[in-house]
Amino acid sequence: MERADIIAFAAEFDPQPYHLDERAPPTDLTAGLSASGWHICAVFMRMLCDGFLLETACMGSPGIETLKWRRPVRPGDRLRGSSTVIETRPSKSRPDIGIVRFRHQVTNQAGDVVMWMENPVMFARRSP
Amino acid sequence: MIYEEIVVGSTHELGAHTFTRDEIKRFATLYDPQRFHVDEEAAEASLLGGLCASGWHTAAVMMSLFSRHFAREIERAAASGRPSPPLGPSPGFDDLRWLKPVYPDDTITFTGRIAAKRETGSRPGWGIVSIETLGTNQAGEPVFTHTGHVFVAKAKTV
Repeated sequence: MERADIIAFAAEFDPQPYHLDERAPPTDLTAGLSASGWHICAVFMRMLCDGFLLETACMGSPGIETLKWRRPVRPGDRLRGSSTVIETRPSKSRPDIGIVRFRHQVTNQAGDVVMWMENPVMFARRSP
Repeated sequence: MIYEEIVVGSTHELGAHTFTRDEIKRFATLYDPQRFHVDEEAAEASLLGGLCASGWHTAAVMMSLFSRHFAREIERAAASGRPSPPLGPSPGFDDLRWLKPVYPDDTITFTGRIAAKRETGSRPGWGIVSIETLGTNQAGEPVFTHTGHVFVAKAKTV
C-alpha cells in the first residue's frame, strides 16, 4: 500500500484526520497514518477480480453479510487476499443462477488478519 | 460530538451524489474491472441491464458523504464550545445490501439513522454507535443500505 494512494483515496472518500496525515493527533484507538477501511475493500476487490473472478461467470453480488476491520493498514504494508467457499446453492427465484457464499480474508506481511468478510456472490449456472 | 450526545432513532441527512459515467468507469478500472462496470456493450447484455457503478464505489461515496456530514457536526460542536473530537475508527459493518444497480447520472441521496449505541468493556473511553444508512435514487428506489459501527469518544476522555 503506497502512502500517496492511501491519502488520495481518503481525500476523496474518507477524509478522517488519521487517513490523511501522519501528524493527526493520536487517540488510544488511532495513531499515525492508516488506510481507510473502504480502501482495503476496494484493493481486495481488485485482488478478487485478478485472482479469479474475471475468469468466471460472476453476475454480481447482493451484498456483504458481515465485515470486520481488525488491524490498521499502514503505508508500505503488503496485503494478501484469500477467498474460501463456505456454501453453494441454487437461487430459489432464478434457476439459472447459483449463489456461492465466500469468506474472504486479507492479511498483512506479518500474517496478521487486517480484514475479513462473508458475502454471497451470484454465478451463472450451466444450462440443464 | 461525543457518545453521550448521540440519540438512538435520530436521522441524519448525509447528502446526495450524482454518479457520472466517467467516474463509474474510473473507479471500476482501478478496483473492480468486471465487464458490467467498465464495458457498456457487455453491460447491456448482463443481469444488471447496463453499465453500473461498482458496489464498492457506491459504498465509498456513502462514506464520503458520511464523513463530511459528521465533520460539519463536529465543527458546529466546536463553534459552540462543546467537545468536538473526531469520530473514532470503525470495527466493521453488517448487512450491506446492493439493492439495485446505480447507473450513470443517477443521483443517490443518503441518510443515516442511529440504530443502537452501547458501551464497550474493553475500551472504557469509547462507545460503539451503529448507524443504518440508506441510499435512494432519484426515483425513490432504495439502492444501498448497511449498518456501520463506529467508535465515538465518551465525555470523560475529551
